[in-house]
Amino acid sequence: MNNLVILPIIIPIIAGMIMVIFRENLILQRFLSVFSTIAISVATLLLIIQISSKGIQTLYLGGWEAPFGVSMVADMFSAILILVTSIVSLCCLLFAFNSIGRERESYYFYPLFLFLITGVNGSFLTGDIFNLFVFFEVMLVASYVLISLGSTRTQLRESIKYILINIISSFLFLVAIAFLYAMTGTLNFAHLSLRVAEVGQEGLMTTVALLFLIVFSLKAGLFLFFWLPGSYSAPPTAISAIFAALLTKVGIYAIMRVFTLVFYHRPEVTHLFIGILAAVTMLLGAIGAVAFWDIKRILTYNVIVGVGFILAGVASFTTEGMTGSLYYLIHDMIIKALIFLLGGTIVHLTGTSKLKEISGLIRLHPGLGWMFFIAALSLSGIPPLSGFLGKIFISEGTFKTGYFWLGGIGLITSLMVLYSIMKIFINGFWGHTDLTEEKEKGTTKGLLLPIGILTILTIALGLGTEGIHGYVDIAVEGLMNPSQYIEAVLGSNPAQ
Amino acid sequence: METLMSILVGILFAIGTYLILTKTLLRIILGTSILGHGVNLLIITMGGLKKGGPPLLGIKNLTYADSLPQALLLTAIVINFATTALFLVLSYRAYKVLGTDDTEQLRGTENE
Repeated sequence: MNNLVILPIIIPIIAGMIMVIFRENLILQRFLSVFSTIAISVATLLLIIQISSKGIQTLYLGGWEAPFGVSMVADMFSAILILVTSIVSLCCLLFAFNSIGRERESYYFYPLFLFLITGVNGSFLTGDIFNLFVFFEVMLVASYVLISLGSTRTQLRESIKYILINIISSFLFLVAIAFLYAMTGTLNFAHLSLRVAEVGQEGLMTTVALLFLIVFSLKAGLFLFFWLPGSYSAPPTAISAIFAALLTKVGIYAIMRVFTLVFYHRPEVTHLFIGILAAVTMLLGAIGAVAFWDIKRILTYNVIVGVGFILAGVASFTTEGMTGSLYYLIHDMIIKALIFLLGGTIVHLTGTSKLKEISGLIRLHPGLGWMFFIAALSLSGIPPLSGFLGKIFISEGTFKTGYFWLGGIGLITSLMVLYSIMKIFINGFWGHTDLTEEKEKGTTKGLLLPIGILTILTIALGLGTEGIHGYVDIAVEGLMNPSQYIEAVLGSNPAQ
Repeated sequence: METLMSILVGILFAIGTYLILTKTLLRIILGTSILGHGVNLLIITMGGLKKGGPPLLGIKNLTYADSLPQALLLTAIVINFATTALFLVLSYRAYKVLGTDDTEQLRGTENE
C-alpha cells in the first residue's frame, strides 16, 4: 500500500474542479495548471525512487484487496511514462498561455486540459481492465471537448468523425471486456494473467486478444488511423501537440501492457499480427508524410509512423525490442510535442500551413530554424539525439526474432521521415525571405520557451542516456517477467 | 435464456450498425445509442443470467448471483449517456454552423 500512487490522478482532477468554479480568473487557472503539472512530476519522481528501491508499488482503493477491488499499480514503466507526460504537458501549457487565445481560455481550456491529464495518468496507473476503460473515457470526453473548443468549421467537421470513431471503439472495448470476463471471471490484470495462463491461450482466448488489439489500435492509430490526420490537424497548436504526444501513446501503452502481461502465450499469432500491422502503418504513414505539402498533414502522418515503429519493437517480443520501444516511446512523446509546437509556430507566424507559400524564415527567426533542424534530426533518429538509441534497439530486437522485413521497413521509413521533415525545413527556412517583420501574422514572443525546453530535453536524453538507462532496464524487466507484477498485486500467495 | 439474449444482442448490433452506416447525423447518433444498448445487454448476459441466489457469499446458499457485471453495466450506461448527450449537442452545433447534417458533405479536408 502506498498512497503516493494515487497522486498523479488526484492532483489534476482536484485542480481542474477548482478551476471550473473560477471561470473568469485566468491568472489563478494558469498558476494552478502549471503548479499541478509540476506537483505531478515531483510525486512521480518520488514514486520512481521508491519503485527502484522497493519494487512495484500498489494501492488498493477503499481497502478492497486485489483481485476484488480496483487496484492502482505503479511499476517503473507507468511511472516513467507519467513523468514524461507531465513534462510534456507543462510545455504545452506554457505554449498555450501565449497562443490559445482568451476566448478558449475562459471557456474551460485549463480544466479540460487537466481532466485529459487525469485520464492519461489514470490509464497508465490502473491495474484493472474495466478501470482502464473508465480512464480511457475520462481522457476521451476531455479530448472531445478540447478538439471542438472554439467551434470553427473544420473543428466541428473533424470532431464529429473523431467522436463517432471513439464511441464505436469504446463499445468494442466493452464487448471485449465482457467476453474476457465470461471466460476468466476476473478483471484485475494480475489475476487475468494468472487465469489466462491456467486455462491456456487457445483459439477463443486469442480471438478476444485480437479484439482487444483492434480496440487499442483504433486508439493508438495502429493501422486503423484513417481518423487521425484529419482530427489532429483541426484544433489549435497547443491542443494538437498534446494530442499527438499523449493520446496515441495511451493506446500504445495499453497494447504493451495487455500483450506482455495477459496475452503473451501465443506470440507467433498475436505479436506477429502486431508486427504486420506495424509494418503497414509505418509504410502508409511514411507515404502520407512524403506526399503532402501541408505542414500539419506532414506532421500528423509522422505521428502514425512513430506509432508503427514503437509497436515494431513490441512485436519482436525480445528484451532488446522492448527496451527500444520504451526508449522510443519516451523520445516520441517529447519529439511529437516539440515538432507540433514548432510546426504550429510556423503556421502562427505565416498564417498558412501550405509549404509552398512559406520560405526564408531563417533570416527572421534563426532560433526557431535551428531548433526545427535539431528536432528534425532527432525525429529521424540521428545520433546523438534521443531517437537514435530506440531505433538501434528496436532494429536489433526485430532482427533477433527473425522479422527482418519489419526492421528493414522501419529503417527505410526513417529515411522517408527524414525526407518529409527536411522538406519542411528546406522549403520553410531556406530561400528568399518573403515576409517582413511587419507583415507577420503573429509573434514568437513566449512561444520559444516551451520549444526550447523540449529541444534541450531531446538533446539531453540523447547525450545522457546513461542516466535513465537503469530505470528503463527495471521497466523492461518488469514487462518481460509478468510474475513481478502479479506478485506485487496479489502478494506472494496468489491462490485466489 | 442466454441464447435468446444473444440473439437479441445480435439484432441490436445489426440495427445499430445499419443506422451508423446511414448518412444523416441524427440516425448515426441513434445508431450508437442502440449499439450501446446491445453492448450493455451483452455484458449482463456474459455474467450468467440466472444463478438462483442472492449476490452474497452466504453460509446457507451455495449459489450466488454475480453482481460485478451489473456494476460494470451501470458504469457503462452512465458513460454512454454522457457521451451521447455530448455528441447530440455537438452535432446540433455542427448542423447550425455547417448548415448540413449529411455526412457525405462533411467529407474533404479543405477549410471552407
